[in-house]
Amino acid sequence: MLPLSAAQAIAAIEAGELSARELFAFYRERAQADAAANGDGLNCFTWVSEEDQDPTIAGGPLAGVPLAVKDLFCAEGVPSQSGSRILEGYRPPYTATSVARLKDAGATLLAKTNQDEFAMGSSTENSAYGPTLNPWDRTRVPGGSSGGSAAAVAAGLAPWALGTDTGGSIRQPAALCGIVGLKPTYGAVSRYGMIAFASSLDQAGPLTRDVTDAALMFERMVGHDPCDATSLQFPEPIGKPTAERLDGIRLGVPAELRAPAGDFADAEVEPGVRDAFERALKLAEELGASVHEISLPHAPHALSAYYVLAPSEASSNLARFDGVRYGMRAPGATDLLDMYTRTRHDGFGAEVKRRIMLGTYALSSGYYDAYYGSAQRVRTKIAEDFKTAFDSVDLILTPTSANVAFGLGEKTANPWSMYLSDYFTVPMSLAGIPAISIPCGLAVPGQGAGATQSGGERGSSGQPDGGSSRQSLGLPVGLQIAGPAFSENRLLDAAHAFEQALGFAEGAARA
Amino acid sequence: MRRAAHRIGAVIDREEVLHVARLARLALSEEELEPMARELSAVLDHIAKISELSLEDVPPTSHVVELTGALRPDEPRPSFPREVALEQAPAVGGDGFLVPSPQA
Amino acid sequence: MPEDATTLSGGAAASGRPGSNGAGPALEPVIGLEIHVQLATRTKMFCGCELSFGEPPNTRTCAVCLGLPGSLPVANAKAVHFGLMIGLALGSELAPRSIFHRKNYFYPDLPKGYQISQFDEPLCLGGRLGDVRIHRVHLEEDAAKLIHEGESGRIHGSDASVVDFNRGGTPLAEIVTEPDIRTAEQASEWLKLLRVTLRQLGVSDVNMEEGSLRCDANISLRPAGTDTLGVKTELKNMNSFRFIERGIKAEIERQRKVIEGGREVTQETLHYDPASGAISSLRSKEEAHDYRYFPEPDLLPVAIDEQMLAAAREAMSELPAERAQRFEAELELSSDSAQQLAYRSELGDYFEAALAAAVDPPAPAQALANWVSGDLLARLGDGEDPVASRVEPAALAALVGLVAAKQISVGAGRQVLDKLIAEGGDPAAIVEAEGLAAIGGGDELAEIVAAALAANLDAAERVRGGNAKAIGPIVGAVMRETKGRADGGEVTRLVNEQLGI
Ligand SMILES: [Mg+2]
Ligand SMILES: [Zn+2]
Repeated sequence: MLPLSAAQAIAAIEAGELSARELFAFYRERAQADAAANGDGLNCFTWVSEEDQDPTIAGGPLAGVPLAVKDLFCAEGVPSQSGSRILEGYRPPYTATSVARLKDAGATLLAKTNQDEFAMGSSTENSAYGPTLNPWDRTRVPGGSSGGSAAAVAAGLAPWALGTDTGGSIRQPAALCGIVGLKPTYGAVSRYGMIAFASSLDQAGPLTRDVTDAALMFERMVGHDPCDATSLQFPEPIGKPTAERLDGIRLGVPAELRAPAGDFADAEVEPGVRDAFERALKLAEELGASVHEISLPHAPHALSAYYVLAPSEASSNLARFDGVRYGMRAPGATDLLDMYTRTRHDGFGAEVKRRIMLGTYALSSGYYDAYYGSAQRVRTKIAEDFKTAFDSVDLILTPTSANVAFGLGEKTANPWSMYLSDYFTVPMSLAGIPAISIPCGLAVPGQGAGATQSGGERGSSGQPDGGSSRQSLGLPVGLQIAGPAFSENRLLDAAHAFEQALGFAEGAARA
Repeated sequence: MRRAAHRIGAVIDREEVLHVARLARLALSEEELEPMARELSAVLDHIAKISELSLEDVPPTSHVVELTGALRPDEPRPSFPREVALEQAPAVGGDGFLVPSPQA
Repeated sequence: MPEDATTLSGGAAASGRPGSNGAGPALEPVIGLEIHVQLATRTKMFCGCELSFGEPPNTRTCAVCLGLPGSLPVANAKAVHFGLMIGLALGSELAPRSIFHRKNYFYPDLPKGYQISQFDEPLCLGGRLGDVRIHRVHLEEDAAKLIHEGESGRIHGSDASVVDFNRGGTPLAEIVTEPDIRTAEQASEWLKLLRVTLRQLGVSDVNMEEGSLRCDANISLRPAGTDTLGVKTELKNMNSFRFIERGIKAEIERQRKVIEGGREVTQETLHYDPASGAISSLRSKEEAHDYRYFPEPDLLPVAIDEQMLAAAREAMSELPAERAQRFEAELELSSDSAQQLAYRSELGDYFEAALAAAVDPPAPAQALANWVSGDLLARLGDGEDPVASRVEPAALAALVGLVAAKQISVGAGRQVLDKLIAEGGDPAAIVEAEGLAAIGGGDELAEIVAAALAANLDAAERVRGGNAKAIGPIVGAVMRETKGRADGGEVTRLVNEQLGI
């Protein structure tokens, strides 16, 4: 049995070719093998089901298809640690709404996936449980923070996975692992039970092998949740994407996110990625779309605003980890203050501490207006930029990431270089609009185009066994498509048309 | 407005790092202090780019959701049994969560 | 908050000495109050846990009020409704849109590391109650309860505390006054008016001993007649009206001594110990708090629509001041009577229940008011609620009716009331059983009067001669004979009649 997409698995189960139990056992074995391989595996998982079958299987439209879930989603009785030492072994007494909804629809809980601690990072190197490796090249990162989810799906260790995106944490790892990742409209999916990073930005979404699966999972997640006051009723049902063409669709390409320049040249798109992106634009025209250069004047400032807002909210969200009610407590404290400060010192990793410090500073007396207040105003301008843009175009295209998967340890020494990974994804997060990343070919790192495919030809990406032979073939490039709030159906349809034309869907890496 | 406004992009020094760490209840060892000050300063330096924008008349955005809050009806829902509430606590005393006394 | 108490030297005990010692200009106290009121909702502010009334520790908690990772708050509509009612009662401006903020600080009774409160966009702004202006009213969540060593036998070790999260998340309305209060007595009187107002609204149990009404006072002194504001101190959590009065007095005295001693008052938070009368400083162990308020991203702004406003208006019961006015205007009670009854809602309720009782002969309103706040309360004890007594409102009404119709005398009425308080029952039956019915109208009383005149010829002669006061011995004799059941007025009438006056 080859790894299947969820839709394929459902079809096989419904046709009686496969039982849900066999499917679960197949993936559980693969996931277990990766978890047991320690240093020889990809380290995608922080927990894998010990049962042969999910004991809570409910039946339903998802027919028992196994689901891998990012560690930060609470699942009752299952370790939910958000990649942090401070929550080591924490088993919550309740289940996140989005997980519960997927299970109610018939998904089964296969595994929890590795992530950057509290979703802070773009490489999954910030996990207290060790880095996850990119299945295309094990010397490289899978992106982050939902790196475990992306790598597991790319490697066929799970049919699909649930992730979260605050500034790019679904889209960027999806791009770097060559799969599909959807960040929904803010409020479309309940955040209840997601261990929070930045509340005004966090959204749950699917990481899948193809666009059809993304729609299938998203359909079962959306909707108002009485437990999340910021969640909304989605205005229309989520349909199965079927489009093959882009006729009449106006696509906007923001100059600021095509070729960052001047002060923002740090975010420059590497040649291979640029080539793949430009080819995607040509393809779009071939499919009947019109491509327009547009401007999002404040987009280059999004990263700065984001690195004020997200750490500020995080500094407050992470105050609850105080060693009192759950999680770790540093032993031998002499008094309350000592207990607090040592627990948090020992329990949080370096990047989390950095962001707590940054956020605490930005909110502190005398700095609020200069940092938090200004960042909120930039956020307003960015949202306005998008509104204006969507007056003249239907969807916006950008590269998902300036680069293909980078090497382990390459960006850990310089926080800002890591933060730049989110340059293309953060503007949409601040505006709360939906965006999807789909694979759009391969590129050789740091160079011009590699062995990328375009057009209707089915791509072959082969085995990601690590080592330099992979690099000569190239690594996945992500195409980001963004739309106005609640335009997910349009977005998925457009992504589907690209996907069919690019023919990359079958090309996922395998461990 | 309500708080004295500092200029953005100020480099954060050792003393400020210590002050902020105390607010955040984070112990920082002597070796961690200097790198923290340096890294924060570097990030703040990048963030300072937003001070070039003129934002005086721009309203702040706290939420992108253009709605007002759904309220909850005043209807009881079951609470946890005490064992569940206390199950994950690092230290339990009697029927509650044991902590070093704030008055100690 | 991590604070240690340090007893302040100089003027810890209240001397009770009024006014200044004459050196320099007289100093005038300036007092503002901050009142936290637990709202009488069924469930907590942001979760569905029922409010706790002495349940065993940690049995009223959930993911939200324990601050478990991933949990989210959702505001209780009833708490907002109660907040609006308070705003309406205080004549506040109700914000069409208000915002919750996070107030960040670490303490074991604060599960999330922040309190969800309101900051610069509260639910209600401005207003007035009695002679004190209201600054604002906002909603927030209560902290949990920290049981310190010594308060529980089960805690071992001298340096540990135990947290009970049952109370954590209880909805609070925080009411902040302008600094319009000038004396400790005024503070306590005003707080009583606020309490009765809130009780009347039904938004809170307003019980200071149980902590559902808590009061802090901001106190400063300034030269009388100026409108500068001196350095203020905040006196925390005085849990009875008596302590509030004493605490404020003590702090005023302390500040007076500091200023008159040529020193300066330090801005700080103080704790009043009612047992010793000492005021101590809750000095922070570290630098001043920096709460890092920012808009709560988990909650959207609360918008008050017409429907919510209408519901709040609809739910408003009559407030004490309005009730007093109605008693005066519609029932023609004296203004003293009207206030006495209206400002103590339980008296007002009892009075109105008695008034509504269909008794024959009817009880006039003013007479009934006098009996409630006079004879009845004097017998029950001043703090008592007559509803809790054996005297049914209808029984009191019947009694007052009998007296008013002169079917029994006032004295006999008092005897009936004694009996009602002791045993309850029906006044008519008591009158019957005790033979207290007035001897009125008929020949019986006329014969007794004739006999009394015959026995007091001197007095009768003087009355006839125009000395009205001389009637005393005659009436006395009648009363002796009738054991007080005769109506004084009727006796006088008969005396005059028989003497041909
Ligand atoms: Mg308060
Ligand atoms: Zn609760």
